[in-house]
Amino acid sequence: MEATITLTVDGRAETVTVDTRTSLLDALRDRLGNTSPKKGCDHGQCGACTVLLDGRRMLSCLALAVAHDGADVVTARGLADGDRLHAIQEAFIDHDALQCGYCTPGQVCSAVGMLDEAAGGSPSHVTADLTAERGLGDLDDDEIRERMSGNLCRCGAYVNIVAAIREVVGTTVDAQATTAAR
Amino acid sequence: MKPFDYQRATTPDGAVALVSDRPGAVYLAGGTNLVDHLRLGIVGPDLLVDVNRLPLDEVGATEDGGLRIGANVRNSDLAAHPAIRRDYPMLAQALLAGASGQIRNAATTAGNLLQRTRCVYFQDVTTPCNKRDPGSGCTAIGGYTRYHAILGASEHCIAVHPSDMAVAMVALDATVAVLGRNGERSIPVEELHRLPGDHPERDTVLEHGDLITAVVLPPPLGAGWRCTYRKVRDRASYAFALVSVAAAIRVEDGRVADSRISLGGVAHKPWRAVKAEDALRGAVVGDESFAAAAGAELAAASPVEGNEFKVPMARRTIVSVLRELAGQSGESR
Amino acid sequence: MTDLPASGIHGHPHRRIDGRAKVLGTATYAFEQDVDAATYLYPLQATIARGRVRRIDTSAAEALDGVVAVLTHLNAPRLADTDDKEYAVCQSDEVAFRGQFIGAVVAETQEVARHAASLVSVEYDEQPHQVVLPDDDKGLDDPDEVNAGYPSDTAQGDVGAALADAERLVDETYSTPMEHNNPMEPHTSVAIWSAGSGDGDASLLLYDSTQGVHSVRRTLAPVLGLKPERIRVVSPYVGGGFGSKGLPHAHNVLVALAAQLTGGRPVKFALTRQQMFTLVGYRTPTIQRIRLAADGDGRLTGICHDVIEQTSRIKEFAEQTATATRMMYAAPNRRTSHRLARLDVPIPSWMRAPGEAPGMAGLEMAMDELAERCSLDPIELRVRNEPDIDPDSGKRWSGRHLVECFRTGAERFGWADRGEPGARRDGDWLVGLGVASSTYPAFTMRGSTAEIAYVDGRYVVRIGASDIGTGTWTTLSQIAAEALGVEVEGVRLELGDTDLPMATVEGGSSGMASWGSTVVAAVDAFRDRHGKDPEEGATARAETPEHADRKKYATHSFGAIFAEAAVHADTGEVRVRRMLGVFDVGRIVNPPTARSQLVGGMIFGLSMALFEHSVMDARTGHVVNHDFAEYHIPVNADIADLDAIWLDHEDTNANSLGAKGIGEIGTVGSPAAVANAVYNASGVRIRDLPITPDKLIAQSGSTKTGSPQSGHM
Repeated sequence: MEATITLTVDGRAETVTVDTRTSLLDALRDRLGNTSPKKGCDHGQCGACTVLLDGRRMLSCLALAVAHDGADVVTARGLADGDRLHAIQEAFIDHDALQCGYCTPGQVCSAVGMLDEAAGGSPSHVTADLTAERGLGDLDDDEIRERMSGNLCRCGAYVNIVAAIREVVGTTVDAQATTAAR
Repeated sequence: MKPFDYQRATTPDGAVALVSDRPGAVYLAGGTNLVDHLRLGIVGPDLLVDVNRLPLDEVGATEDGGLRIGANVRNSDLAAHPAIRRDYPMLAQALLAGASGQIRNAATTAGNLLQRTRCVYFQDVTTPCNKRDPGSGCTAIGGYTRYHAILGASEHCIAVHPSDMAVAMVALDATVAVLGRNGERSIPVEELHRLPGDHPERDTVLEHGDLITAVVLPPPLGAGWRCTYRKVRDRASYAFALVSVAAAIRVEDGRVADSRISLGGVAHKPWRAVKAEDALRGAVVGDESFAAAAGAELAAASPVEGNEFKVPMARRTIVSVLRELAGQSGESR
Repeated sequence: MTDLPASGIHGHPHRRIDGRAKVLGTATYAFEQDVDAATYLYPLQATIARGRVRRIDTSAAEALDGVVAVLTHLNAPRLADTDDKEYAVCQSDEVAFRGQFIGAVVAETQEVARHAASLVSVEYDEQPHQVVLPDDDKGLDDPDEVNAGYPSDTAQGDVGAALADAERLVDETYSTPMEHNNPMEPHTSVAIWSAGSGDGDASLLLYDSTQGVHSVRRTLAPVLGLKPERIRVVSPYVGGGFGSKGLPHAHNVLVALAAQLTGGRPVKFALTRQQMFTLVGYRTPTIQRIRLAADGDGRLTGICHDVIEQTSRIKEFAEQTATATRMMYAAPNRRTSHRLARLDVPIPSWMRAPGEAPGMAGLEMAMDELAERCSLDPIELRVRNEPDIDPDSGKRWSGRHLVECFRTGAERFGWADRGEPGARRDGDWLVGLGVASSTYPAFTMRGSTAEIAYVDGRYVVRIGASDIGTGTWTTLSQIAAEALGVEVEGVRLELGDTDLPMATVEGGSSGMASWGSTVVAAVDAFRDRHGKDPEEGATARAETPEHADRKKYATHSFGAIFAEAAVHADTGEVRVRRMLGVFDVGRIVNPPTARSQLVGGMIFGLSMALFEHSVMDARTGHVVNHDFAEYHIPVNADIADLDAIWLDHEDTNANSLGAKGIGEIGTVGSPAAVANAVYNASGVRIRDLPITPDKLIAQSGSTKTGSPQSGHM
């Protein structure tokens, strides 16, 4: 069975006919030629296929394309603004937060989505006080590690991934403080 | 994956009608379990009825001071909801202990309840499984049982229910609102999931076409209660429970006035530890009575070869959690 | 940037050249190569562990819309050479292990291919199978040699007498489980077959995820009956390998067979995660009896390491588990042996530090036990048994600074704070420290060729090497730039293609030493011929240079790994709070990518200690926990404060570059360091990896309530 759907992928409107069985991941990779999200397990267990789906980090291997007609999809490729990389992407390179690179686009999308969640006050498994109001500034290393645990990295780049995210958190919080002080 | 039709439901009644009328139809919500199972060949529906855009995504107060959670509320949104964090922290903790950030963003409240076992044999269509293929046999018995049941299992199935959220909901006496062909009804979460018995293919008491529309929480436990959710797992995150404990106790004058305890990772359903609760009532707080309560619950445990460790692990975890709730952690004992 | 030893950082830090493409996701891995009219392959796999395919019915699959071809042993093109049974894919009805390829469906889409495969029905004649490693060596084989060409057994002196006369003795059995490499990118091969005119001029283009394009070509050419130059293998980016992509596997042959049935259309094949537990190698389980005899001062008088491990009945791979024990410590009497069970199991192969990783896990746990029995600090025990020369070969060390690693690490890590087992408590957690030695041979493989060309004002460096995440794109560019006396930006590296000059496989931590010295030689040749001011288009080539001195020395890397583990007193959960590796690995070319390699290796070892275990079901013959939910590797939350540093000792005795290799040594000592820390924390010694909460609870015995007694579990 086939269906024709429309997606906005990295800011561009795309119309594509898919099998109802086609995952969003395969629709992006095989039909739309966007291979930024990776297939690591096709099973919801590794995070390599993470994209921002209507603004939230999601596993595109567990999403059926047909169920997301009209959705806005941002991959790691689309996070860059022209030649300018997203701050998370720059920080990943600066901190050597990758080796083989296969989990990296998923890590990057996950980090961006995670920072939004944290900025919105969402708690995590390691948040001690669930009732306290929280923001980006509360994102210590343990919080980053727990929140990034849905993205496996077999090369073991975790230490540098945390360092990269920590740096972006720091500069974001500093910038917010500066803005607030004005 | 067999080919299937896809239809988007526009009203709950319409969804129920669509699925009820077609034996091969199933609901699609967050998809985190179903899409995986489609790909693995565990299920082969001929129609997916997408309920994601039904207006079931609100969390609101009930008249008696409880909370009504729409079936489509995503796990991450529920965990972050101020009322849940303030009044039902055990539930927030359980949600946050489950899966990963990405999966919690997709998984729904009803879908979490209805997720199926992670038994490796159930998930592998090349091995017999009574749950997947009734009458074919249980490969788990005599096989890899590390994540399997020690309570309430049958000779036909030793699978466990993998949810964390449901364990907390059982401890909280939550109910599910179900819309069926014959209208709405309410089922305690504790009675939603079945023990395997002779029909392990049936995870729950729901009939074909039944649609969970909401989970209803009774009013918060209130002053004097302390509660928590503890999940024991190999990895620090993103792993299913070996054993988990949702517990709440109220201590008065050094004695346990009341308690709620349920266990995850030990049975085909979230396991309400009624015997432990009974044993605790009026008991002097301390390791001795906590261990006695755990022992009372686990006396009926019948592990299989390879998961014997779960009995002491469950016992130790119950004691550890109660000790923490009684404010005795880290004290000399 | 890491805190570096006072002695310096060696090379100049350089951002990963491929970093930009990888953070964007535009780096093209094998499956992502742009080909026209792609078809997709889904394999058929045996569901018995041993026997024959009696009947295979493909009619329903063939009838399905969108199916291009169905391949079985009945219609598969014949291979030219079937001696290596791993590559003899679909050439007969025989089944040698569960999950073996018995065919494939090729279709227009992935969905159709997978569905069609499920419609193929197969009947078997099943034979009894044996898939579980026996725990005694009766009737097992003594292999002629073990992996990397080492003898199976060695003996010096009189071990029996040393054991009988020992004042202090350890005699324990350690076991490590079957483990799977699990690179994040599944093994993937895209095949395009051109039939040619039929006069043996067929050709194959393979986009492959591999650690060595030339190895794939050279291995597959005789199997497919093609001249090597008729095969081109392209692999610019590889999503990890850890040894499992070091050699081609059956999937490469399957896709090459299928590509002969599609009329020239490309066939794309990526294994599923589950299939990777059967078809692309794994680390054998090992059972290691280790006996250490020592005098009252902790000086070893005898070392005996006897290993039982497995291979597949159809192909031998004998892991060199005990070889590190041959050179690690001084002792006059020593014996090592390997015994091999031939089972109806998938074919084992290389997995990061084959041999050293499981073998040093056993030896270094045993050393920890010996230290306790001698009432010695574990570091002091190792210092007392430091050999002046390689006890195995009798050669001088090219460089061995293990003691300096320990001393440096002990100070930085706060080793002096280590207490008695079970003595330290932090809330509900028992906390302890552990240490272990690490070592890995410093190989330089000969046989690579590099070419330097001067094109458009830049130096193009061509070598058919690979970068599986190790940093080759960056480090080889740096090596070339340094040798050429230009900035890195003045160099353009080309790798990952058999159209480039021959390069050895990325394995044995040999890449930098082998390719780097080859590139330097090519630069020398280029300068000799063309001088400092070359003309446009000037080229020169050189092969890996001979390093005459090398044979005089025993060449190894060394390291000391420190770990702090916390064990929950009630639940037995283990968390590693801190780890530090101090390494003696020769010259470091690029500090940031080197640190990533070392730290990543340590995490791989931590994972061996606590998580990884492929569970073989004796009845069915397959690994039942064949996915990432059940086969655990660490997640971010499992890795806390973890770092690697290195000493400033370039080793030009080992090779002209002075670099000894960094890809595997991080892994080697880490399992034991963590295991020893768990013991120091909990007082419970687990000799069977991985150390999981169930084992700690079972071993901690009879405490009914879970309440700790005298600080122990």
